Amino acid sequence: MRKVAIIGVGSSKFGVRNDVNVAELAFEAFKPSVEDAGITPKDIEFVAVGSTGAGAWYEELLPAVVSAEYCGLTGAGLMRCEAACASGSAAFTAAYWTVASGQAEIALALGVEKMREIDTPTMMEWIGRAGYYLWEFHNFGLTFPAYYALYATAHMAKFGTTEEDLALVAVKNHKYASMNPIAHLRNKITVDDVLSSMVIAAPLKLFDCCPVTDGAASIILASEEKVRELKIDTPVWVAGIGYASGTANLSKRLDYVGLEAAVSASQMAYRIAKTSPDQIDVAVVHDCFTIAEIMAYEDLGFCKKGEGAKLIREGQTEIGGKIPVNVDGGLKAKGHPIGATGCSMIYELTKQLREETVERERQAPMKNYAALAHNVGGTGHYCYVTILRR
Amino acid sequence: MAAMPSIKSREIKIVQDIPVSKTLPFWEGLKQGKVLATRCVNCGKLHFPPVADCSQCLASNMEWFELSGEATIETFTHVVVRPATFQHEKPYTVAIGRLKEGLRVLAWLTGFKLSEIKVGMKAKLVAKITPEGNPTYEFTRPE
Ligand SMILES: [Zn+2]
Repeated sequence: MRKVAIIGVGSSKFGVRNDVNVAELAFEAFKPSVEDAGITPKDIEFVAVGSTGAGAWYEELLPAVVSAEYCGLTGAGLMRCEAACASGSAAFTAAYWTVASGQAEIALALGVEKMREIDTPTMMEWIGRAGYYLWEFHNFGLTFPAYYALYATAHMAKFGTTEEDLALVAVKNHKYASMNPIAHLRNKITVDDVLSSMVIAAPLKLFDCCPVTDGAASIILASEEKVRELKIDTPVWVAGIGYASGTANLSKRLDYVGLEAAVSASQMAYRIAKTSPDQIDVAVVHDCFTIAEIMAYEDLGFCKKGEGAKLIREGQTEIGGKIPVNVDGGLKAKGHPIGATGCSMIYELTKQLREETVERERQAPMKNYAALAHNVGGTGHYCYVTILRR
Repeated sequence: MAAMPSIKSREIKIVQDIPVSKTLPFWEGLKQGKVLATRCVNCGKLHFPPVADCSQCLASNMEWFELSGEATIETFTHVVVRPATFQHEKPYTVAIGRLKEGLRVLAWLTGFKLSEIKVGMKAKLVAKITPEGNPTYEFTRPE
């Protein structure tokens, strides 16, 4: 396997983007990424697109094809990757493999999702079906917040995690989103705002949940030879990608206080990158719901099992703490355009590692120049953990 | 913000016919008040939801057995904001229970006030026919 670097990144503005269709939204992220890399669309040999709602919550069945045509990429090798909410990371992994294996010198991972073209109950329906439709949705109407609420109830019962602890995650992530111009929700909130928001699936309330967001992110990967040839000054290297999966039926999981797939994927990523949790300078984790961020701290080894709530209470995941987490606002407040999220995480970490976040107050201090992205698909159905190094 | 200009996509209605020929005894059992599971004759693994093929040994030789229904609730949630096809339902409680046999089941939990429901409490898994006539199963108060 060859060394692979990220040489260009781009992101659209996240939010309710009813001003653009899926291809136009993809273009918004793609154009700045090619400009950042100093290449043209014709230089890209392979394209992997992460998108989940094709034909369901937006109208195009083949978003890879329409986006590629719109961005001037027709002719390149092309695929769409599905790993639910981790589709962006699956696309990133596929693009990484084509370069690492020597098949391509330059490849693109493009995540794009249009979620706001249909009404909310229909959106809850589609995403609720994204587990095991026959056994857990058909008769029981589980929604996505409800799947994570099952984990929240168990975590609270076993470790004494409270609704206030969960609220602290939302408060932190809204604070950082308020500093991030591309974020969907830029309002600062308080613990009381979270606790008094309407119940969605108890114990999770509205402000425990990520918004339904449109967005796109684009990542260009290149071989070491290309990095030299293009004279890229700050390549960000892919140090390791770990992946794993979990059962479709939640009833078949070992327990409900963590995601086994996240533990396995992170151990694999640490091993390949020859690093450990204490060496990571900044992380973005899959906080689709506040409980998910607390479990991520534990699954990734940022603290011991059951001590995730303590970490947020002590402010250890803020800038200045032991390990800053989701200083872009996270899925919770930056937004979670499902298939784009994995690429959006890589976008943020690349900016962090280059120390060029536009807003200095949310730049994490760098010691080892190592960053980690934790992207979960479904409720721990898929997991990808990516470690980057400058 | 003013609504953005848009055009409506063509409307389609989607209903899938989901095959149940390989798990028919399960669906028939529900109508007779029984919740059935499968046991792999080759390796002995118990399966719920019931299956025709064993994921542990890949054999396709299953026998059916009736579950005890004696469950301990491991976790639960109360679903207030409901998906499109559950809009007609009142908010419902979904739980995961571990049966005496070691298998876990996810289903609605009824017959308790929300404030009474606790992780670790006992419940009974029973077969049920919905008011619309669909076979299902749920956890309820042990008799
Ligand atoms: Zn078997």
